[in-house]
Amino acid sequence: MIATEPLLSVRNLRKFFPVYSKGFFQRRVGYVKAVDDVSFDLMPGETLGLVGESGCGKTTTGRTILRALGPTGGNIMFRANGETVDLATIPGRHLKALRPKMQMIFQDPFSSLNPRMTIGQIVGEPLVIHKMAKGRELKKRVVEMLIKVGLKPEHAVRYPHAFSGGQRQRAGIARSLIMHPSLIIADEAVSALDVSVQAQIINLMEDLQKEFRLTYIFIAHDLSVVKHICDRVAVMYAGKIVELAETGTLFKDPKHPYTKALLSAVPSPDPDVKMIFELTGEVADPGNLPPGCAFNPRCPYVRDRCRQEMPSLREIEPGRWVNCHFDEELES
Amino acid sequence: MPETSENVLEVKNLKTYFFTDDGDELRAVDGVTFSVKRSGILAVVGESGCGKSVTAYSVLRLIQKPGKIVDGQILLRTTDGKIIDIAELDEKSDELFHVRGGLVSMIFQEPMTALSPVHSIGNQICEAILLHQDVDKSQAEKIAIGILEKVGIPGAAGRMKQYPHEFSGGMRQRVVIAMALACKPQLLIADEPTTALDVTLQAQVLRIIKDLQAELGTSVLFITHDLAVVAQMADEVAVMYLGRIVEHSDVRSVLKNPRHPYTRALLKSLPGMSEGSERLPSIEGSVPSLMEIPDGCPFHPRCPHAESGLCDVGGPPSLQKIADGHYVACVRVEEIKAL
Ligand SMILES: Nc1ncnc2c1ncn2[C@@H]1O[C@H](COP(=O)(O)OP(=O)(O)OP(=O)(O)O)[C@@H](O)[C@H]1O
Ligand SMILES: Nc1ncnc2c1ncn2[C@@H]1O[C@H](COP(=O)(O)OP(=O)(O)OP(=O)(O)O)[C@@H](O)[C@H]1O
Ligand code: SF4
Ligand SMILES: [Mg+2]
Ligand SMILES: [Mg+2]
Repeated sequence: MIATEPLLSVRNLRKFFPVYSKGFFQRRVGYVKAVDDVSFDLMPGETLGLVGESGCGKTTTGRTILRALGPTGGNIMFRANGETVDLATIPGRHLKALRPKMQMIFQDPFSSLNPRMTIGQIVGEPLVIHKMAKGRELKKRVVEMLIKVGLKPEHAVRYPHAFSGGQRQRAGIARSLIMHPSLIIADEAVSALDVSVQAQIINLMEDLQKEFRLTYIFIAHDLSVVKHICDRVAVMYAGKIVELAETGTLFKDPKHPYTKALLSAVPSPDPDVKMIFELTGEVADPGNLPPGCAFNPRCPYVRDRCRQEMPSLREIEPGRWVNCHFDEELES
Repeated sequence: MPETSENVLEVKNLKTYFFTDDGDELRAVDGVTFSVKRSGILAVVGESGCGKSVTAYSVLRLIQKPGKIVDGQILLRTTDGKIIDIAELDEKSDELFHVRGGLVSMIFQEPMTALSPVHSIGNQICEAILLHQDVDKSQAEKIAIGILEKVGIPGAAGRMKQYPHEFSGGMRQRVVIAMALACKPQLLIADEPTTALDVTLQAQVLRIIKDLQAELGTSVLFITHDLAVVAQMADEVAVMYLGRIVEHSDVRSVLKNPRHPYTRALLKSLPGMSEGSERLPSIEGSVPSLMEIPDGCPFHPRCPHAESGLCDVGGPPSLQKIADGHYVACVRVEEIKAL
């Protein structure tokens, strides 16, 4: 594989959910534009962070890339076994063969683990479905994986309800990693974990990344974690990427007004440093966006042009993308 | 800890065990004592699986088989001065219903625990309101929309008829928060309420909880693993490890002058906004299984200060007062002071 070729190229990805009227004759009255014109490249072995307001479309972006949801539009070029395929249009039977290559680690470990299966069955299930191991070999790989994520062999025979939230999250990670996929979308994978276990899981994810050359899309709310693990970060607002840059650059010098607001809301672990964050206005509603820039009702730098004309994502420096009319004029 | 009338909740020597089919006894919560002051916020922190949620569930008597509260008192002091021992209440009593329904409300760690997948969001919140407030259906609907807006659900009125699966993870969590607030409780138990939220919404929800505390004098038992949230919210902090409290003090002492080796290690593993990309320090090993709780100090196999013959023998160390209001369960606490 040539390193300069992206593992994943997402172009103009859209996912709209129809909204229906109340009553017997349900008419479509509009769309929730959960993902709207999202484009980015992902290099093999890279970690891209995806951050943004709750409901801005991060999970939907991830699920659409993995084709858990059918896209409304756009291309999802994915490199597997030496060739590039468009996941957006690939027929179902080909998609099935690619599934082991891409895995998701979920946000909500409670609803993603089947309560009627033991942890061992859950972790081993992908191997069974894809007929990649059985019997003693299956057991061995499950136990190895459990140990890798910090669970114990005896946990294999227990059911999810007997586990704490963090333990369930570990089981979810074990399940996603057991197929040795090339692309992993980790959706809030470490959010439910306390800092020490979180540190272990992050270290583990980094080790596995090196070992198997894994590529991650890392969706998270905790910006200190994102800063630690990600090479680049994409900030989303109301279904669109509003800023994309190398991690260090983004944290040092955020350009988009929403990114600035987001970074200012990070609480300090020092009780004497009080949060002074104040982002007013209503959370963006992807089913009912204002004309122009979606952030305009809350933006402290708003001008007339922002209320009329929708900005687009522009490359302002090599590798640095911003979706704002006035980014050059805002003081850093 | 002294028993004062300003405590809304006093949990004494709570023990909640799970009994497995193989006859094992899992001591998920093993002798926990703490109190929540009126209008105060007590944060409970600790590693995954240490018993934070089980403690919270115990306070509301939500522990189900094979779990059981085997010992302890859970004293709730109402505003009219009555003291209720929740641990003693009959499962089907009106009093327990009253406790769960109005006096104490809970924000669950997993929003889907509290939400039904087959009912609309609006119906579920209205039901909670109708149960606790003397209003009619259309008033309840208005109140519901009002709180949904307050917790930052955009287009709240239009979203009332949607189902939980049509909401994002963070939106579901905000619905659960809205339902808990609808009851205007005296004590709010919040189990990881902001874990699923981005930092701006987190700031907003933390503000709502603080407002509730200021307006209604609500006390809060705040369970989280986010030490930054603790720093911003809590008055006091209890640190749990393997079903026990190992350190308890005011927020400043715990975060700035931690004395238990476990608390110190926890603080060290924070990724920190300023650090680069080096490996994160984490605590060696993992929390032992409840089936093999170590002798002596339960933390000793992972503790950098453990001394054999001292830390690995006998029963678990009990909480000792090391300064005013600062309690630590470590037998070497005096010697490792300077480290
Ligand atoms: N199945 C669905 N039907 C209708 N709307 C949906 C569906 N799934 C998601 N949405 C809507 O799409 C938008 C984006 O949701 P998504 O779950 O992607 O957000 P998110 O960025 O992952 O948020 P969070 O940080 O809270 O998890 C939300 O407005 C949500 O209500
Ligand atoms: N129904 C059950 N049966 C057996 N063991 C259980 C049951 N529920 C919880 N436990 C055990 O009790 C212990 C404490 O769990 P609890 O959910 O309180 O942890 P927690 O501190 O809330 O962790 P997290 O931060 O991951 O949410 C865990 O070891 C768990 O495995
Ligand atoms: S009692 Fe010993 S093992 Fe336990 S925390 Fe203190 S020094 Fe460490
Ligand atoms: Mg999500
Ligand atoms: Mg918990």
